[in-house]
Amino acid sequence: MSNYLYILWIPLLPLATFVILGLFGRKYLSGIAGLLGTASLLTSTILSFVVAKQYFFVDGKVNGVFQKIVALKYTWLEFSPNVSIDLGIIVDPISVMMLVVVTSVSLMVHVFSLGYMKGEERFATYYAFLSLFTFSMLGLVLSANIFQVYMFWELVGVSSFLLISYYFNKPSAVAASKKAFIVTRFADLGFLIGILILGYYGGTLDIGLLIERFTSVHSTQFLSITSASFLGASMLTWGLTLVFMGGAGKSAMFPLHIWLPDAMEGPTPVSALIHAATMVVAGVYLVARMFPVFSMDETALNIITYVGAASALFAAVIACTQTDIKRVLAYSTMSQIGYMMFALGISKNGGENGLGYMASMFHLFTHAFFKSLLFLGAGSVIHMVHSNEMKDMGGLRKLMPITHIAFLIACLAIAGIPPFAGFFSKEEILTAAFQENKIIYGIALFTAALTSFYMFRLYFNIFWSKEATVAAHAHDAQGHDHGEGPWVMKLPLIILAACAVGVGFVPFSQLVTSDGAALDTHIDVVFSIAPVVLSVLAILLAASFYKKQNGKSDKVANAFGGFYTAATKKFYIDEVYIFITKKIIFPFIGQPIAWADRNIVDGFMLLVAKTTAKIAELIKGLQSGKVQNYALYFFGGVAALSILFIYIWK
Amino acid sequence: MQEIPLSQILFVSTFLFFIGMYGLFTRRNLITMLMSIELMLNSVNINFVAFNKYLFPDNLDGLFFTLFIITIAAAEAAVAIAIIINLYRSHHSIDVEDATEMKY
Repeated sequence: MSNYLYILWIPLLPLATFVILGLFGRKYLSGIAGLLGTASLLTSTILSFVVAKQYFFVDGKVNGVFQKIVALKYTWLEFSPNVSIDLGIIVDPISVMMLVVVTSVSLMVHVFSLGYMKGEERFATYYAFLSLFTFSMLGLVLSANIFQVYMFWELVGVSSFLLISYYFNKPSAVAASKKAFIVTRFADLGFLIGILILGYYGGTLDIGLLIERFTSVHSTQFLSITSASFLGASMLTWGLTLVFMGGAGKSAMFPLHIWLPDAMEGPTPVSALIHAATMVVAGVYLVARMFPVFSMDETALNIITYVGAASALFAAVIACTQTDIKRVLAYSTMSQIGYMMFALGISKNGGENGLGYMASMFHLFTHAFFKSLLFLGAGSVIHMVHSNEMKDMGGLRKLMPITHIAFLIACLAIAGIPPFAGFFSKEEILTAAFQENKIIYGIALFTAALTSFYMFRLYFNIFWSKEATVAAHAHDAQGHDHGEGPWVMKLPLIILAACAVGVGFVPFSQLVTSDGAALDTHIDVVFSIAPVVLSVLAILLAASFYKKQNGKSDKVANAFGGFYTAATKKFYIDEVYIFITKKIIFPFIGQPIAWADRNIVDGFMLLVAKTTAKIAELIKGLQSGKVQNYALYFFGGVAALSILFIYIWK
Repeated sequence: MQEIPLSQILFVSTFLFFIGMYGLFTRRNLITMLMSIELMLNSVNINFVAFNKYLFPDNLDGLFFTLFIITIAAAEAAVAIAIIINLYRSHHSIDVEDATEMKY
């Protein structure tokens, strides 16, 4: 077994970039900030690929099973000999897979931003934040201790906050970043309590030990956590559900998804990073990392399954009605993450029944590539048109041929058309769902068709619909013709498009499975007829609606009536939140607490302060500053003492 | 000639001391306060001389102390007058109530 310690450099390089650019970037390095960030991430990416090659193809496998390797373990805080917080690096199939995904997508985003963010005033700061974001996510996937996961989890939250509010003079961006931060923070509260429950009963925070203790049915820890119960559910269910709540917040699962569409206020490459590689997949990764424990509890798995499936369907319906292209993509991300979640939920640990787990990770892997491609393509379009609205676009296929082809490939991939990447992973998910739960399979199939429909609605609206002229779009504020963008914006599109075609052929089931042993999967042609045919039909439907401007789509929208309006308004979830916070939490909880704080807590302190001031006012007359008065007091005192000692004391 | 009893001398010195003290406490004029202090010092001098003569006629300690005190008092007067002059220069007054800058 070789030494994997050099893996430490992968997160440390972006951290160093962040420190350097954060401290000196704006003043001294603004010219080369982008190149510096990209170069350091390129090194990380190369290292990740080296690790992946080493682990998957050289020495990760022992007796046909991939091993969990703890590459580094360092005790950071020791509370007692048994309970300590360790910092560690874990190398196993999913962490290595995530390393590759995070670094390569982040690298593409770095390169793309060289063109997209060119000329921004806070260019260096932007790259510093990107590096921090990448560092946090890399740290998260490598964490060997659940508390360490939590630390990086919060770092991911704070760096997303910084990036979403990058245009901080735009009020909507500030509101969006606050919303993202508060919603995920709220979910993290559940995560923290979940960690504490698991840590309390498990007697450790180390993920490996936790898994070991909670998966053996006869261990004392397992018996104690399952026999303790609260409100009718065992503590294991509670702990896992709360941990999942944290994951649901980060992964934008219903009903904690409200921050995700608003997070589009950040620069578009950042959206690509948030949606493809960092942040939203953190929740899926967390569940996957703790999966052996989750698989011990039926209830928690059911919650994950139904929350995931509901989010997938719900987001897909909303995505059909949105007109802001980035919002469509945001809801599609939510929908795809829903797929990954329910695939985990229906899975079992180990062997043939672990198909859902493997499918979920596979989908995470492929999704990262085509979703980042979609976002970067959208960024390229927005760069051209200077608008996010579909109605401002149309007919762009001739003006931006490369973006057009790349976007088309990404749409085909997400729609699950063979032989693009999404087909393979979605196929595995559907197979797993078909084996375990027919209702979920139905939802998944319907969502898959919806996905194809809204993706091609987007595609046709941007690139077909009406005919555009060059004069209408391709110039910037100064009236210069800037065309499709510089090569640094085209290159990532081309590379990612190649990935979106190619990564489906990675023998994923041989590499990443729930128990490390290779799983034999095959594409069943008969089985894949249904989803592919449905997707193709949905694409044709979208084409008939949107390829040319005609009234068909409006007629259908009118036919749906109230349902369509509700979907356009995102099913009023935001309004429900605002109602709950403004009408219930603020007047009935917030204001009484504020009153108590102002009048009781502050009041008591004010009373103390005022009493002190009053007494001081009373006795400060004694401090007259006149030596004669002092002398008189002194004399009085001496006289009194003399009388006391001479006549009374004796 | 009949000797004056010690008690009468002590009475005079006590009387003198409290006159000085009264002056020190009630007057606001620095020069008058200085004079009051001199009165108190002199009452102490009387005590020293009287006790020396009546209790230890063979020793001269009391007398020497008195001489010392007179010397110190002269020096003290010089320093005090200097302070008073400076005060007058800055405040155009030697009333202690006019110098209130350091008051709380």
